[in-house]
Amino acid sequence: MTEAAHQQTPLTGNIRADRGYVGLEDYRRSGGYIGLERALKAMEPGEVQQAVKDSRLRGRGGAGFPTGMKWGFMPLDQAGPNYLVVNADEMEPGTFKDRLLMEGDPHQLVEGVAIAAYAVQASTAYIFVRDAYRLAAERLRQAIAEARGAGWLGDDVLSSSYRLEVHVHSSAGRYICGEETALLNALEGRRPLPRAKPPYPQQAGLWGRPTVVNNVETICNVPHIVRNGADWFRGLSYTEDAGSKIYGASGQVARPGAWELPMGTTLRELLEVHAGGMREGYRFRGVLPGGASTPFLVAEHLDLPMDFDHVGQAGSRLGTGALVVVDDRTSLMGLLRNLEHFFAQESCGWCTPCRDGLPWVEQLLADLEAGRGRAGDIAILQEHCDRLGPGNTFCAHAPGAVGPLESALQRFPEAFEQGVAG
Amino acid sequence: MATVTIDGQAYHVDGSQNLLQVCLTLGFDLPYFCWHPALGSVGSCRQCAIKQYRDADDTRGIIAMACMTPAQEGSRIAVHEPEAQAFRSSVIEWLMVNHPHDCPVCEEGGECHLQDMTQMTGHTRRRYRFTKRTHRNQYLGPFINHEMNRCIACYRCVRFYQDYAGGGDLRAFGIRNQVYFGREHDGMLENEFSGNLVEICPTGVFTDKPLARRYTRKWDLQSTPSICPHCSLGCNTSPGERYGELRRTQNRYHGEINGYFLCDRGRFGGAFVNRAERPRQPRLRDGRDDPWREVGANEAVARIGAWLAEAQGVVGIGSPRASLEGNFALQDLVSHQAFASGMGAAEHARNDALHRVLATTPAAIASLAAAEQADAVLVLGEDPTHTAPRLALSLRQATRQAGLAQADAMGIPAWHDAALRRVSQGRTSPLIMATPYATRLDDVASHRYRAAPADLARLGIAVARALDPGAPAVGDADDALEATAAAIAEALAGAERPLVVAGTAAGSQAVIEAAGNVARALASDAQHRGHLCLLPSHCNGLGLARMGGHDLDTALARLERGDADTAVVLENDLNRDLPAERVARALAMARRVVVLDCLPTHIMDQAHAVLPAASFAEGDGTLINSEGRAQRYLQLFAPGAPVREAWRWLEACRAARDGDGERWGRLDAVTAACAARHPLLAGIEEAAPSALWRAHGLRVPRQPHRYSGRTAMHADRDVREHPPPEDPDSALAFSMEGLQTRRPSALIPFAWSPGWNSVQAVSHLQATVGGALAGGDPGIKLLDRGGQPGGWYAEPPARFEARGDAWLAVGIHHIFGSEVLSAWSPAIVERTPAPYLALPPGDLADRGLAGGQAVSVAVDDIRLRLPVTAGAGLAPGLAGLPVGLPGMPALTLPAWLTIEEAGP
Repeated sequence: MTEAAHQQTPLTGNIRADRGYVGLEDYRRSGGYIGLERALKAMEPGEVQQAVKDSRLRGRGGAGFPTGMKWGFMPLDQAGPNYLVVNADEMEPGTFKDRLLMEGDPHQLVEGVAIAAYAVQASTAYIFVRDAYRLAAERLRQAIAEARGAGWLGDDVLSSSYRLEVHVHSSAGRYICGEETALLNALEGRRPLPRAKPPYPQQAGLWGRPTVVNNVETICNVPHIVRNGADWFRGLSYTEDAGSKIYGASGQVARPGAWELPMGTTLRELLEVHAGGMREGYRFRGVLPGGASTPFLVAEHLDLPMDFDHVGQAGSRLGTGALVVVDDRTSLMGLLRNLEHFFAQESCGWCTPCRDGLPWVEQLLADLEAGRGRAGDIAILQEHCDRLGPGNTFCAHAPGAVGPLESALQRFPEAFEQGVAG
Repeated sequence: MATVTIDGQAYHVDGSQNLLQVCLTLGFDLPYFCWHPALGSVGSCRQCAIKQYRDADDTRGIIAMACMTPAQEGSRIAVHEPEAQAFRSSVIEWLMVNHPHDCPVCEEGGECHLQDMTQMTGHTRRRYRFTKRTHRNQYLGPFINHEMNRCIACYRCVRFYQDYAGGGDLRAFGIRNQVYFGREHDGMLENEFSGNLVEICPTGVFTDKPLARRYTRKWDLQSTPSICPHCSLGCNTSPGERYGELRRTQNRYHGEINGYFLCDRGRFGGAFVNRAERPRQPRLRDGRDDPWREVGANEAVARIGAWLAEAQGVVGIGSPRASLEGNFALQDLVSHQAFASGMGAAEHARNDALHRVLATTPAAIASLAAAEQADAVLVLGEDPTHTAPRLALSLRQATRQAGLAQADAMGIPAWHDAALRRVSQGRTSPLIMATPYATRLDDVASHRYRAAPADLARLGIAVARALDPGAPAVGDADDALEATAAAIAEALAGAERPLVVAGTAAGSQAVIEAAGNVARALASDAQHRGHLCLLPSHCNGLGLARMGGHDLDTALARLERGDADTAVVLENDLNRDLPAERVARALAMARRVVVLDCLPTHIMDQAHAVLPAASFAEGDGTLINSEGRAQRYLQLFAPGAPVREAWRWLEACRAARDGDGERWGRLDAVTAACAARHPLLAGIEEAAPSALWRAHGLRVPRQPHRYSGRTAMHADRDVREHPPPEDPDSALAFSMEGLQTRRPSALIPFAWSPGWNSVQAVSHLQATVGGALAGGDPGIKLLDRGGQPGGWYAEPPARFEARGDAWLAVGIHHIFGSEVLSAWSPAIVERTPAPYLALPPGDLADRGLAGGQAVSVAVDDIRLRLPVTAGAGLAPGLAGLPVGLPGMPALTLPAWLTIEEAGP
């Protein structure tokens, strides 16, 4: 890959075609660990934070919170440890970008962790990896061992007296562990229930200590920002939302896959150029733009730049940027029933609306799918969409779960009405 | 204070509370489930949703959970607002999705918080048409029934059991709508406070098993304000009765003592009242070999009166488990000089010493509420979980003070349980357990120090010295003792509210006095920070100490010497205090022995008259708890005619002896006479309103206004409708008519408020939610800081020297079995261990003994054959023997024990 191309796809530039392991030497050849060296030798933690703030990097886990601002809430002057936790519990249906990054270029994440940890003065970092990602966990452990052996991690990183230990923790495997506070509980060995906020993790997180939780893709951007600068990073994007983004597409498209592209690439380009359009015999009906918990976008949105703000303004969320493309031949009730089944199954059981509302939604959809729906069922579904909103439930799981349903009720009412028994 | 606008109306409220507390305090009917005043807020059920507005211009507002929202100055909220109401109604509908429609056969029905909240939100029609999820239930032991299908997953059970009570065997398993609250396997719930699940659970998942066996709805139970007689703390209880049986005991809120929780001994111990073996009829005989004759009350009284008239000296043996009134009536009958406390010499001396320390301490005498606030605790020689269990629950909360302080520094309010447990991460403040053997509080203890009672006393004296150079020192202290004492003193000195706990359980007066020294040292600085809690052995130990009298040995010696030929024994199985042979020898010398009791005892075999005394359920009386608080328990139900309060029997006998009329007639008169006679008991009349108290001419009914079957319940015996029994002794009535709300705090038979049929109604009985009862928590404190002048206790005992040929046996107390009344309760019997000998594990191996092997041992002059077991954490050189278990003889411990023979 040429340097220029690498510059355009910093996140995936090192990933080998055969998906083999990229070791320390290969990673260093592409400029790896230069960022860490610069951060440790030439920058104060606050300067690293400022660089990330200037880059306008936003969290790639789905919420799009500005990363530099998130770090800025970390106290740097307290006695006692700070923690950095990497959320690698990628369980959003349709999403596999973090897996690609961890398997394909694990040192990139390790370097990012080291720089981010330095920026928030964490001496311990945990990478919380999805249970099913065995290969990713294995390669991360290997990369950490190599980095440690080379002095990039450990008691005295690059003789700078900065100290960092990085641990890989494999999840026991539940969707809710991806919720950042549930993740902290899981890491502490407790039931993975979300925590009440405030206090936010930066105030009292892991083991009650200041903690920042970042997504894998977010962290992977950090070495490049430090190395190439904030201006370069902002220039990668088509829009105000900076950087590149790994988009993906699944469903009845010609070429399902994932691609690193400028942030703000339009939905049309993603679908028609990169995913190769719909498969023969299928027509586009709509798309869940950022994984299973984001509301539908439809044909009128095809020219929408896919970034946090534009997708938000269109009534959906960029989420993970993993398109779930829905065609005209797949049963919409079946799709929604399957989605709500997933979310009902993965409800942690802590708060009432989510725990007992989602299974009801699932069963209503099953009846509608089978043509057994009753008058009033659609109203009950709508009621759930209204009442499972943010703030009504303990965490964002249920609001996410009813996002696709609510948008489907708006955009495809006839599909529901057909399910009501005449 | 903060000004909060609710539904357009401004209120001045406590700004440190959350909006749910505020709304409930103001009387709003705002439904909730997961919040509990003692457990705090976690925001899981989403039931207490309200509308919250940014400011006066905000007309849309957002849904917020009242329990998770602080009552900040200027808050604007709406309770009666359509969107909030609709959301609350939805939450109930979701909770009811899987809830069975089994209210008619559910033990919770009629006092179910879920029923109340469902009514409150107006959810009346089921729209969910699919199959409900079901669970398997578990066997959880003799106390609790388990019916998981009813679960609404509020998580209160595990939050109480694990987080609050420190239990490890009840957990939440699984996720989504399949969350299961139970044990890993069927089996006994191990925690000593498991019974609170009955009240913590807002519906019928955990229900009272003994009640279920003989079931009555709450609205058909007759209840009364009572005091638990099963230890010295004086927890307030609300027993319930139907058909002359005590069906259950519930917590009765007291802000300074038990709060919302009871121990399992207190909750399940009262069923001794129902035992068929109890004496129910007076009986007489002329000689000990003659057969018993059951007689009427009049004949019994006349005969005993005649015996007393011809007696050549009478000894009256009282009881620390009987009421002040009963003991006073006995003292009055036999004279002050002839009255004995009923405690053996050693126990009597400890009880007196304990009272003396309390009466003279400059430290504050700690209520349980104060103990909960202590930020450093030294427990000297006591095993509270087994001697005064409810205190152990308070001490467990006390260890959270460090975490609470940390959360407070971060601006997290104390009610925000979800946040502060994550922030504090189990950080504990100092709890020093200095005991002869391992205790159930060790898991939260910061220091564990195991030693013989004498060494514990030495430690206490050394700690006091380390705190205050003016305190006496242990002359021959070694470096280890000094170092331990210094570490403990440092932990206590660093605290703002340090507490010292000791009691009679270690069998050592020196331990009690050493605790007095530590409390004095802590209280000697200007802030008077020290708190002291001393635990007598019995529910009225302090009452007896303040009444005065001889010890039991002295009373028996009078019989043996022939100074008296007649003995009257009040509610006391003397064989529990002194060796049976010694008691028998003395009683055999007496010409007449009269025994009054509510339980059958072995000394009745040596009696000439037995009078059936009322238990706490059938009578009224006053007890003085460990903090010196006089409290009145009131009659639960009128017993069958011949069973009477001991004071009534004794006064009748006195009148028969003296040939005059009875003087008292009603309890108030006895209480007043007792208070007039004993300056140290002045004020006890005020423990509860008198029998003449009325509001609008009304008494307080013991029965809910829905009480049913009154005219028919005895129709199998008599179809006439009898008037309800009279109650000359209290302002309560055996009736459903009268004052059902705004009852004085000492006269609340059961928790109820309109629309609130469950125990959650307590919030409506309090001045502010979670605080004192409206009108003040009941009882009269007779002891106060520095009531009498006192000084240091200066005599440290000699250092304990372990022996190669013998062990020093100490008493091991058991919550189930060591207390005489509850030991008769069938559910408690199921949990009572068999007698055993505990030896340090290493000693078992050294002697080649296997666990369970029977050994013959000698303790003093008493020989026992017991299975041997490894005693957890026994200090070197000590052996453990269970205290008071059925089958164990009376032993005066500590005492040297030798193994005479090890059998197979």
